[in-house]
Amino acid sequence: MAHHEHNLAIFRGKLKFKNNEQKIWGVFVFLSIVTIIEVVLGIYKPEILMTPFMSPFEGGFFATLANIFLSPFIYMKPLNLIFIVLTLVKAYYITWDFMHMRDETKGLRRSVVWTAIFLICYLVLILLIEGDYIFEIYKDNFIKFDF
Amino acid sequence: MEATVVQTDDKGAVWGGGNQPLRASYGKMMMWFFIVSDALTFSGFLAAYGFSRFKFVDAWPIADEVFTHVPFLHGVPAPMIYVAFMTFVLIFSSVTMVLAVDAGHKMKQSKVAMYMFLTIIGGLIFVGSQAWEWATFIKGDYGAVETKGGKILQFLDNEGNRVALSSFAKDLPSTATAHEASKGVWFMGGETETTYNFEEVKAGFLANDNLLIRTQYLDDNGHPTVLSRAESIAKIEKDGKLVVEGANLRHNEYGHPLFADFFFFITGFHGFHVFSGVMINIIIFFNVVIGTYERRKSYEMVEKVGLYWHFVDLVWVFVFTFFYLV
Repeated sequence: MAHHEHNLAIFRGKLKFKNNEQKIWGVFVFLSIVTIIEVVLGIYKPEILMTPFMSPFEGGFFATLANIFLSPFIYMKPLNLIFIVLTLVKAYYITWDFMHMRDETKGLRRSVVWTAIFLICYLVLILLIEGDYIFEIYKDNFIKFDF
Repeated sequence: MEATVVQTDDKGAVWGGGNQPLRASYGKMMMWFFIVSDALTFSGFLAAYGFSRFKFVDAWPIADEVFTHVPFLHGVPAPMIYVAFMTFVLIFSSVTMVLAVDAGHKMKQSKVAMYMFLTIIGGLIFVGSQAWEWATFIKGDYGAVETKGGKILQFLDNEGNRVALSSFAKDLPSTATAHEASKGVWFMGGETETTYNFEEVKAGFLANDNLLIRTQYLDDNGHPTVLSRAESIAKIEKDGKLVVEGANLRHNEYGHPLFADFFFFITGFHGFHVFSGVMINIIIFFNVVIGTYERRKSYEMVEKVGLYWHFVDLVWVFVFTFFYLV
């Protein structure tokens, strides 16, 4: 649509571009920087990022609850957490600026993004929990089911 | 009476197809529908990869040790470099695509054509790189031995460097040849003959005192476990079964065969998307050149294939993270 106006601000309005072409190059520079950070971290794998920030809480109900809420910091290597966050950042700018999601109506944006995010999160959660469960069974040999 | 008159003009018929409630044309909406469903397909694959990886989390190959090659740099280990290059090519082709869309909004035919052309070139470089990556992965580099249980044993020297099978395997007299479908009674062939058979590798291993075996199981620090010389000899004599060179859908010298299966399946499916994207881009490129969209007075078609092309880039961002980084 030729009459379509582009939203030329990124980073929540902190960075404004004069025209659409400049915004494209700006986003490209940003995506390149993020990719370079990923690659450098992937090659050097700094030792401090290889062990989780926190150890699991021990104890009753609230410890379990805290473990669930803080699970990215307790059960994940910080390096992997950084990679996943940076990937989502890249995905956001590709969708919002290259695919012009920023310029679409709220209805279209939400029906595409929320649907996909909800279904993907659900699928990933279920499959990863199941995979970890099978791993534990393999590791501890057998779990008796006839209890 | 006037108060109950039902409006029947276009303005009221929001869902009658008369107007665009989401202010997007039919074609663009359908492209978004397709992208959502395709995104779910890809995330299904990636989630399945995560499932299998969590299932064998203590025996999963380390991607840095698998993809270490760069074309024209033989024997120089450079993990991540080539795949980073591929990522940049794809992101850059996304940039040229969105510049084409932008030029289309301004009805600049020759600029659209030029940017579409650059996008096509970027796509071709990417697909070519992926083919090369596949070929390198299939060929393998050091070779390994598979145990009866389907686990991979790799060979190291005293200093912990990987050792290729060809540098220690003995030449033993053998009359074995590959069983091909054309020679069989029924239409079935055997597996491809490896350069050395298991007996030759075993004899060479026993004759070289400085060789050790590395299993695919990771220790507490995330490095593959290295066995002592005595354990190594016991392992190869008791469990060793066949030689693996490179990777295919059944065997994988780098570790768990599922790693190779998912690699072929996911990057293959993505590569197929890039390939079809290039084909669609070529069609649109020629339409731009012959002026179809000038006559139509709208370059929306470029925008629609642009959406698809960016989606392919988006998927690669995730494949890159989950296959090569995490």
